[in-house]
Parts: sequence; C-alpha cells; structure tokens
Amino acid sequence: MIELRNFQYMFYGFSAAWLIIVLYVFYLVRRERRIQSELSRLKSMMEDRDKKAI
Amino acid sequence: MREKAIYFMGTLGVLILMRNLYVILLQLGDEMQQGAIYRIFFFHLPAATTACIMFAIALVASAGFLITRKFAFDTAAAAATEVGFVFATMNMVTGSIWARNIWGIWWTWDARLTSMFILWLLYLGYLIMRPAIEEPTQRATLSAVLSIFAFCDVPIVYYSIQWWRTQHPAPVLTTPGAMDPALWPPLLLNMLAMLLIGLTLMMVRLRQERVLREIDSLRRYAHAI
Repeated sequence: MIELRNFQYMFYGFSAAWLIIVLYVFYLVRRERRIQSELSRLKSMMEDRDKKAI
Repeated sequence: MREKAIYFMGTLGVLILMRNLYVILLQLGDEMQQGAIYRIFFFHLPAATTACIMFAIALVASAGFLITRKFAFDTAAAAATEVGFVFATMNMVTGSIWARNIWGIWWTWDARLTSMFILWLLYLGYLIMRPAIEEPTQRATLSAVLSIFAFCDVPIVYYSIQWWRTQHPAPVLTTPGAMDPALWPPLLLNMLAMLLIGLTLMMVRLRQERVLREIDSLRRYAHAI
C-alpha cells in the first residue's frame, strides 16, 4: 500500500514538473502571436499614415 | 541560423529529459526508506539550480543596466527572471508533493521552505511590477534594484539548511558519500537538460521583449506625429 502511494505521488510530481513547462511554453506561444499581430497592425497603420501624408 | 540553434538546444534538453526518464524509472532501484518517491529529486533539484542560474543572470544583467543604462541588459534581466520564476515554481510544487508523501504535510514554515517562498514572492513582485510602470527608464531602474535586492535571498535559501535546524534534509550534493554514486549521472544530466530548456525559453522570451520594445517605440512615434 505504501509503495503504491509512493508511486502515485511520484507520478503527481513528474506530471507537475512537465505540466509547468508545457503551460509556460503555451503561454509564450500565445504571447508571441499577440505581439506579432500587434506589431503588424502598428506597421500597417504607420504605412497608411505615410501614404496619406504623401 | 540563430533560431535553429535555439530550438536545437531546447529539443536536446527535452530529449535528454525523456531518455533520463527511462533510466530513472526503470534502471534505478527504489530508495530504502523513501521507496519510489525519492525520484522526484531528479526534477526538484535541477529545477532549483536552473532557477538560481536564471536569477544570477538577472542579477548580472540588472547590475549591467544600472552601470551602463543600456536597455539590452534590462531586457535580458526580465527574460531571465520570468524563466527563473517558472523553474522556482516547479521546485516548490515538486517539493510540496514530495513533502506530502514523506512528511505527511504539504508545507511547513521551516527556514528552507520559508526563505524559498520569500524568494518566489520577491520575483513574483518583480514580474507584477514591470508592466505596471509605463516609463521605460523608470521601469528598468526599479526592476534592476528589485532584482538585486531579491537575489540577496538566494544565498539565504542555499545556506538555510546549514544555518538552522530544518525539516528539509541536509545538503546531499556537497556532503561526501551522502548520495549513491549511481544517482550522479542521471542527476547531472537532468540538471544539464533543464538548463538547456531554461536557456531556450530565455532566448525566446528575450526575442519577445525586443519586439515589445519595438512596439513601444512605434506607439510613441505614432503618438508624436
């Protein structure tokens, strides 16, 4: 019984370690998308302004 | 080329971790007193060393910013702190699960755990503070000061188990003969793997910070004209 409980908690520990890395990677990917779309929006806005100025 | 090197580093780290899972789970025997649960050690300790290395990078970068006033240092400090925080969280969560099984409690306010929790809170404060300050120079200066202050807790965390009597076990790495020689190779490999993953994440985060700075300057330019 003790051995089984040991394995159960070991599994929780390993899962938690991997899960934290995976969640952070997802967070980075989401932020990357958001940043890139914001950058392209700003660049196109600046281009539009330049065209109007000309 | 640089992108490929970054992703190669991360992939190598993950592959080493996966290969090590085989060694840890199937080749190493159970520990006499703790049984299977001691294997959490192979994630718990490397997470702590990676976090400390990241916080040390943040410390050097923060000092670099205060000396030179170059924003590249601030960017590096922010990236290293965030990744270090992730690994510090991993260290605390795996430690808590281990404690629940061995001590019968999830948490205790002993010197090691408390100093680690304070360290975690200090860097959480750093991460919360940064987006709250709009002016870049002020943000970078305050962040650098907080980062240097927060790092003062790292030696306290490290030496806490020598300075005070704690529930947390005494150091095994620096005590000769405290650890079975068979455990060293997987432990060192896991430390290397986590460091590689940490550096990869830091590089990705660093690139994001640079783009954010570009966005910031574009916004200011758009407001100015």
